[in-house]
Amino acid sequence: MSAVLDQHGHEHAHDHHPSGLMRWVTTTNHKDIGTMYLWFSFAMFIVGGVMALVIRAELFQPGLQVVNPEFFNAMTTYHGLIMVFGAIMPAFVGFANWQIPMMIGAPDMAFPRMNNWSFWLLPPAATLLIASFFMPGGGAGVGWTMYAPLTVQQGPAMDLMIFAVHILGMSSIMGSINIITTLLNMRAPGMTLMKMPLFCWTWLITAYLLIAVMPVLAGAVTMTLTDRHFGTTFFNAAGGGDPVLYQHIFWFFGHPEVYIIAIPAFGVISQVIPAFSRKPLFGYTSMVYATASIAILSFIVWAHHMYTVGMPTVGQLYFMYATMLIAIPTGVKVFNWLATMWKGSITFETPMLFALGFLFLFTMGGFSGLVLSLTAVDVQLHDTYYVVAHFHYVMVAGALFAAFAGVYYWFPKWTGKMYDEKLGKLHFWLSLIFFNVTFFVQHFLGLAGMPRRIPDYALQFTEFNMISSIGAFGFGLSQVFFFYVIVKAIRSGEKAPEHPWEGADTLEWTHLPTPAPYHSFETPPVVK
Amino acid sequence: MSAGAAGLAAANRQTLQKLVVVALAMFGFGYALVPMYEAICEVTGIRNLLRADAVPANTQVDATRVVTVELDSNTRGLPWTFRPVAGSLRVHPGELATVEYEVRNNLDRPVTGQAIPSYAPAESAQYFRKLECFCFQQQTLAPGEVRRMPVVFVIDPALPGSVATVSLSYTFFEVAGRQGRPG
Repeated sequence: MSAVLDQHGHEHAHDHHPSGLMRWVTTTNHKDIGTMYLWFSFAMFIVGGVMALVIRAELFQPGLQVVNPEFFNAMTTYHGLIMVFGAIMPAFVGFANWQIPMMIGAPDMAFPRMNNWSFWLLPPAATLLIASFFMPGGGAGVGWTMYAPLTVQQGPAMDLMIFAVHILGMSSIMGSINIITTLLNMRAPGMTLMKMPLFCWTWLITAYLLIAVMPVLAGAVTMTLTDRHFGTTFFNAAGGGDPVLYQHIFWFFGHPEVYIIAIPAFGVISQVIPAFSRKPLFGYTSMVYATASIAILSFIVWAHHMYTVGMPTVGQLYFMYATMLIAIPTGVKVFNWLATMWKGSITFETPMLFALGFLFLFTMGGFSGLVLSLTAVDVQLHDTYYVVAHFHYVMVAGALFAAFAGVYYWFPKWTGKMYDEKLGKLHFWLSLIFFNVTFFVQHFLGLAGMPRRIPDYALQFTEFNMISSIGAFGFGLSQVFFFYVIVKAIRSGEKAPEHPWEGADTLEWTHLPTPAPYHSFETPPVVK
Repeated sequence: MSAGAAGLAAANRQTLQKLVVVALAMFGFGYALVPMYEAICEVTGIRNLLRADAVPANTQVDATRVVTVELDSNTRGLPWTFRPVAGSLRVHPGELATVEYEVRNNLDRPVTGQAIPSYAPAESAQYFRKLECFCFQQQTLAPGEVRRMPVVFVIDPALPGSVATVSLSYTFFEVAGRQGRPG
């Protein structure tokens, strides 16, 4: 990559870049690309959120009122795909782009041009996904897991969805290669691996997970594509294939994917909690090993998503015990965060509130995950709203709350402005309350037997569904409010002090001015 | 500085190459899961659908138990009439039993089909030993042809006592052509 050499050659030509739109199209600056990732992810978050509200509007009452069942199925499908691949993952890649070079004292990412390409693959992928709605037969209502044989029988929307997944996968793999190379080769002198901030560690592990499993997903959807059009029968029983095979391949990707979403969130929380407790992170080494253990275990538990496919009891028992094993390293992390706060001088600014919200609700999501890991219980709860409640506790209150914590925490460093603390806190409380109103009741719905992905339901589920729908609209509006808080801060926020958080001790806070200059660490700092 | 930068660029390129190899290998691994899955199903006996089973080691007929075997038939994507001659029968575990299915090709062209068996409850699959079955090979029917096809089976006496009824269901799929696609 000669791009790296060129970068160094032009390093001193500050602000010598095209302006307007072309600045963003051609930029190779990690901060610009991080910003684009974050805005893209917010846009997708709103799109996916509107789809969630269509779902909740339909489920407000029993019977069919708002949309037809096919469109409802498409909504659940696209909501899942867009939130996972369009909102949460790009958000954390955005954090990685902004933070990793600054946290390890590097001037930029290892491959700045590839970085640009990683980002600019996302809008075409999103366009393909959205365009698939307008194909004959409408959007593909196959569920975000894209299970065969339904995917083999779908209309042309499925092909667009498959290509969108291909492109998103390529973008993720390139982003991961960039992150790993940066972290391994470009740390400042003296910054050993075990001195890296934990956010960098979590991303190093996540990037390895991505490189290991995104190609497997690409393989799975490619098999679907060739089954559809080129006469192969990977998943078609008539030709000797097996639809259950798809589930195995998908979840071999899918379970590590869960941690691809959660682990960078752990990283953000591991920066925020020490900063606001004014204590170093408790058990740094054990945190690193716990994260790596979670990543390794994630490869051997995939079939706990498939207890009901008719696998032998021995298989179910193995996957059950292996799954429960993950609770141990996760517990190590939770207790380390608690021990970090123990006897700390804690203040409760917005990032800390979101981190605590994460800690409380993510742990609850972890416990309902343990409930689901029990084969005998899962057979009853499989594909019910209990599962929906469980993964929204870890995806929304886990990953999304951590992303909010990160945005508020690093906002002054990125923009040089301060957000309005009162409004930030209001955003937190609104999100916390409406999140629980939406999803807590879904546990009860699932225990009572309400199946997921169905637009209609039996009358006895009405009240809880109404509560959940009201919560969902409240949660949606709270995120519009978040947009207002951020835009207000960018436009007319007070100038941020040089060190807005006295407990923050990573390089971007100690060695760089606020806001961070466009080019940082041209000369690497020396870490003692 | 420039020597250091060149060294860094070379190191970065090397890391890039290694990681690209890993990504490509994992794409291959996704495909390698297909034969691995088939091998595991074979070894564990989950999917020996198309082969005759071994006769159970214990061939003693357990006259104290009676198991109801319910027969079911489906077709997917091909216009054949396919039904069991008798809907159900009662057998003792260990007893050799024969049932017959009748199939008729309603098309005016020869069609080849493959029947795939499945069992309910799923755990009964490993105790249901088919010694002879029309599902062991593809069936080609001439236009309008009617064929009676036998299934010879033994229920392994090791079948758990909680299972009193076993359903045997066949689905006929068309071989060749654009299977599984509407229109």
